[in-house]
Amino acid sequence: MTDPRQSPTETILASLPRRRRAEARFHFYGIAAIGIALGFLILLIGAIGHQGIGAFSQTEIALDVTLDESVLDPSGTRDPETLSTANYRAVVRATLGEIFPEAMRKRRDRRKLTELVSIGAGFELRELVLADPGLIGRTMRVWAPADDEVDMLFKGVTARDSGRFTGKQLEWLDRLEAEGRIRSAFNWRFFSNGDSREPELAGILGAMSGSFFALLTCLALSFPLGVMAAIYLEEFAPRNRWTDLVEININNLAAVPSIVFGLLGLAVFLGFMGLARSAPLVGGMVLALMTLPTIIIVTRASLHAVPPSIREAAIGLGASRMQAMLHHTLPLATPGIMTGTIIGMARALGELAPLIMIGMVAFIVDVPQGLLDPASALPVQVYIWADSPERAFAEKTAAAIIVLLAFLVVMNLTAVILRRRFERRW
Amino acid sequence: MDMSPGTIRPKLTARGVNVFYGDAQALNRVDLDIRAHEVTALIGPSGCGKSTFLRCLNRMNDLIEICRVDGDIRLDGEDIYDPAVNLVYLRARIGMVFQKPNPFPKSIYDNVAYGPKIHGLARSRADMDETVASSLERAGLWEEVKDRLDAPATGLSGGQQQRLCIARAIAVRPEVILMDEPCSSLDPIATARIEALMDELRQNFTIVIVTHSMQQAARVSQRTAFFHLGDLVEVGDTDTVFTQPVDPRTESYISGRIG
Repeated sequence: MTDPRQSPTETILASLPRRRRAEARFHFYGIAAIGIALGFLILLIGAIGHQGIGAFSQTEIALDVTLDESVLDPSGTRDPETLSTANYRAVVRATLGEIFPEAMRKRRDRRKLTELVSIGAGFELRELVLADPGLIGRTMRVWAPADDEVDMLFKGVTARDSGRFTGKQLEWLDRLEAEGRIRSAFNWRFFSNGDSREPELAGILGAMSGSFFALLTCLALSFPLGVMAAIYLEEFAPRNRWTDLVEININNLAAVPSIVFGLLGLAVFLGFMGLARSAPLVGGMVLALMTLPTIIIVTRASLHAVPPSIREAAIGLGASRMQAMLHHTLPLATPGIMTGTIIGMARALGELAPLIMIGMVAFIVDVPQGLLDPASALPVQVYIWADSPERAFAEKTAAAIIVLLAFLVVMNLTAVILRRRFERRW
Repeated sequence: MDMSPGTIRPKLTARGVNVFYGDAQALNRVDLDIRAHEVTALIGPSGCGKSTFLRCLNRMNDLIEICRVDGDIRLDGEDIYDPAVNLVYLRARIGMVFQKPNPFPKSIYDNVAYGPKIHGLARSRADMDETVASSLERAGLWEEVKDRLDAPATGLSGGQQQRLCIARAIAVRPEVILMDEPCSSLDPIATARIEALMDELRQNFTIVIVTHSMQQAARVSQRTAFFHLGDLVEVGDTDTVFTQPVDPRTESYISGRIG
């Protein structure tokens, strides 16, 4: 390669194009790698978004409901007990009968007609009446949710000739549409309801609430414990065989599969301590076990990254070790600690496996109001809906994933913003 | 080695000081007296143990886990390695300025006020303002920063940062100030300012300085101690050490043949 007759300058000059090509190649590899990663990300988000977007709208049918006193409150007492157990479904059926009198003659036709409207229509009427009993006796137009099969038909997911509808049903739907009684509206039920067997009524609120309470417990336990443990290990503990052992164990714990923490939670929190099954409190405790090693490791790394000269300066002025840590080291490590904590929380938010073990994978209709109410969580909801046979749950699944991803993005953004904010101090 | 007891009572006395880092011995039976209101320079080639000795004087070596100190070091006759000694009190009496300027990432004011604050030396806000101003003034930094006390200390130049660290140290009103190569990262102009400052400060404080520069030792100190490979080779008045060194190793170092 090297010609002894060439001067070094010539050799260097001759090698330049080769080096430039190597640089360009390397540059290209980098861009290609980012491009492929971005491509997959867009594919993922695009696919989920395409599938899930439908869940944010819902087909509704306009009904001119007469809230007949003889049906809802025959005794006229307006007793809330009577009002909440009254047969609102009958009112809905009667209203449909006014639109299609011919369908009311045969029992089979009557059933087929009533099927078109979700049973949620009755529940929503009940809520209206309970909120304002003065509505009884009045006639008003309400937009009732259509049954999920009807919804799928109008969204174009199922075809008319799929065999899911009888000819009469299709005829009725066509008439409703021609009369302007069918619309597609924003699906607020998805954000205000808990889970349901009926896809058109199923909502994410219960899962969001469960996730919120579980994460709250997780944060309240793992953050103080993790930060205190890390401060002690990094700043105060002597270096000896015991602390080495503790350190190795913490690093190993961070790599333990999360389902193992679920088993531990099942054995200790449910079995030994006898805490409530399916409760976000227990879910949060299990997630805290999982997040704790992460927080300890991140906090130790952040404390370690603070230049020792700062600590020496404080100690040299006569600060105690605790003062040096509280006044100088810890504030400088805070951005790193917060970023690590939020990323740990984001991981806990998406975790399903440990929750399976402690019974948080369950069909729960009521929105949990506290730490001890039975609850599910966002990833659990995705799992349950993905497993459901009704076709309409496919788009619910994708929509739940969108909600989960939105939370993750918000949490990661918060981490970035907090880091920027605190790092900008000097 | 120090043959002048009785004439001036030493501020700090070290007798038979041995320092080990793990199994390696860094200082070997060092005896040294440090007189009050003088600048004592510790000189010697890299790795000779002069910084190690300096850090024994305020027990900064305690922070290094593998470091072990034995021997007897006394401040005004009190053993500073006595288990009953309160380190916070000791380090408030013996301040330190480090090799690299290490201001806290806070404002100039907060840097100087930190020591007095943790020791409760200022009774009121006005008292604290006064302490900060006088400390900065004595460190020769006041004129440059008086209009931006709230500005971040890390925005100052290297020389200004080092003078800020000196102001921070003297704000606690220690009796002794230890300086570990305080000018090694500074340019000649900043160095000259700090040297002039040391001469003023010795009116009120006892100063021990570690330096690589023999010229600096000659300029600022009254007494010089020469360390070599963990031994204290020679100590005496600076003029004598530089003009008539007793030990051949001192002479070789001063004339530039070793180190």
